[in-house]
Amino acid sequence: MSNTPVVDVRNLVVDRGRTRAVRDVSFVVPEGQVMGLLGPSGCGKSTLMRAVVGVQIVTSGSVTVLGLPAGSAGLRDRVGYVTQAPSVYDDLTVAENLKFYARVLGVSSAEVERCVGAVDLTAHSDKVVNQLSGGQRSRVSLAVALLGEPDLLVLDEPTVGLDPVLRRDLWALFHRLAEQGTAVFVSSHVMDEAERCDRLLLMREGEILADDSPDELLARTGADDVEDAFLMLVEKGAVA
Amino acid sequence: MTPRILGAVAARVLNQLRHDHRTMAMLLLVPMLLMTLLWWMFQDVGTVFDRFGPAMLAMFPFIIMFLVTSVTTLRERSSGTLERLLAMPTGKVDFLGGYAVAFGVVAAVQSALAVALCVWVLDLDLAGPAWMLTVVAVGDALLGTALGLFVSAFARTEFQAVQFMPAVVIPQILLCGLFVPRDQLPRVLEVVSDVLPLSYAVDAMNNVAATASDAFAGVDPEVWTDLVVIGGFVLGLLLLGAATLRRRTA
Repeated sequence: MSNTPVVDVRNLVVDRGRTRAVRDVSFVVPEGQVMGLLGPSGCGKSTLMRAVVGVQIVTSGSVTVLGLPAGSAGLRDRVGYVTQAPSVYDDLTVAENLKFYARVLGVSSAEVERCVGAVDLTAHSDKVVNQLSGGQRSRVSLAVALLGEPDLLVLDEPTVGLDPVLRRDLWALFHRLAEQGTAVFVSSHVMDEAERCDRLLLMREGEILADDSPDELLARTGADDVEDAFLMLVEKGAVA
Repeated sequence: MTPRILGAVAARVLNQLRHDHRTMAMLLLVPMLLMTLLWWMFQDVGTVFDRFGPAMLAMFPFIIMFLVTSVTTLRERSSGTLERLLAMPTGKVDFLGGYAVAFGVVAAVQSALAVALCVWVLDLDLAGPAWMLTVVAVGDALLGTALGLFVSAFARTEFQAVQFMPAVVIPQILLCGLFVPRDQLPRVLEVVSDVLPLSYAVDAMNNVAATASDAFAGVDPEVWTDLVVIGGFVLGLLLLGAATLRRRTA
């Protein structure tokens, strides 16, 4: 394992309109880990993820991915990105969507089957996406991000609204990918998903409250669970 | 530009249309029905169909492709698929070119059907070769596609996109020479019509219908000039459209 982190964010500031969405944030995402980004909705998670992917105009600071500035041409087939709203074509079938993106990325069509299988949609492969449920649609979008085995996966709330069994399976998939060396950067507003991450960023109002492993976080704060830890950190911050 | 990606975008757009039987049927049949209606309207008043027919053949692909493109690309912007494509190795030219190729193919089929109907069934009087009408129609369709791609950047909803049709397209229809020959327009409007792309599309159609030539594959040189101007507009609008595609947004 090399020492250079996959994502290196330094003093990042992002303004959206008149609001400061990300306030002087620094952190790294190491190789081969599932890094969680947790916080309430509206706290700046999506903006931060967009900055890592390089589709967000940033105000100041730097975002380096695999040694290159985020969004560089050399990164476009090495980073898989899933937005909250599934970015797939509603009027095409699952397989057609995957085949299209596979051609754009220049990866083989064998990848299509592998990725559809990885998100457990093989049985629905020939269904038109607008006939699928919301959870199935977001899995189609996730499958697209898996194409070509990217070195970094940036997943914005990929497990929202999914059945618990499926949620467990997806987290297992994220860990399998991490074991194979992929860095997985995944956000959630559900605190109980925190325990499934190797490392956690807690975010609130554009700031990072904690950057720890779940165990360290609980030990440091003396809290029973991540939700409690979050509250304690917010209250401590309010006092200081 | 990556030909593989451009081809993938074009094939995907056509594949989406293939799934949408109703849109497909409307795209191909409506122009034929409207040409028939026009022919029928002028049945008892002499050769008016010969005068208006070619201009109508120029207008259909332009209007229809404008609408189809502005709505589909707006959808692509709002669904996040455009952002995803631009975060992948897709070049802006691949995206725009893919759309232009796909809708160019649709326009070729659409106008081949309409032209065949006009020439063989409705007896449109034609001095130049019929295939040239289809070539001009494809140029007009690309014009509509390029304009639609460009204006879709200024619409936030599909509702707004459709409103661009009266704002951007109808003035061109009024000034293209269909209602008043362009050289008889008030001077200011004549100058305006000189810089509107649809004017050249209608001129080209009218020239194919009215004139023939011994050289240039039987096509009057004027038509080729009009086609070059149309091509220039298409390229210019596509470049403007490319400028509105952003990899990074606020």
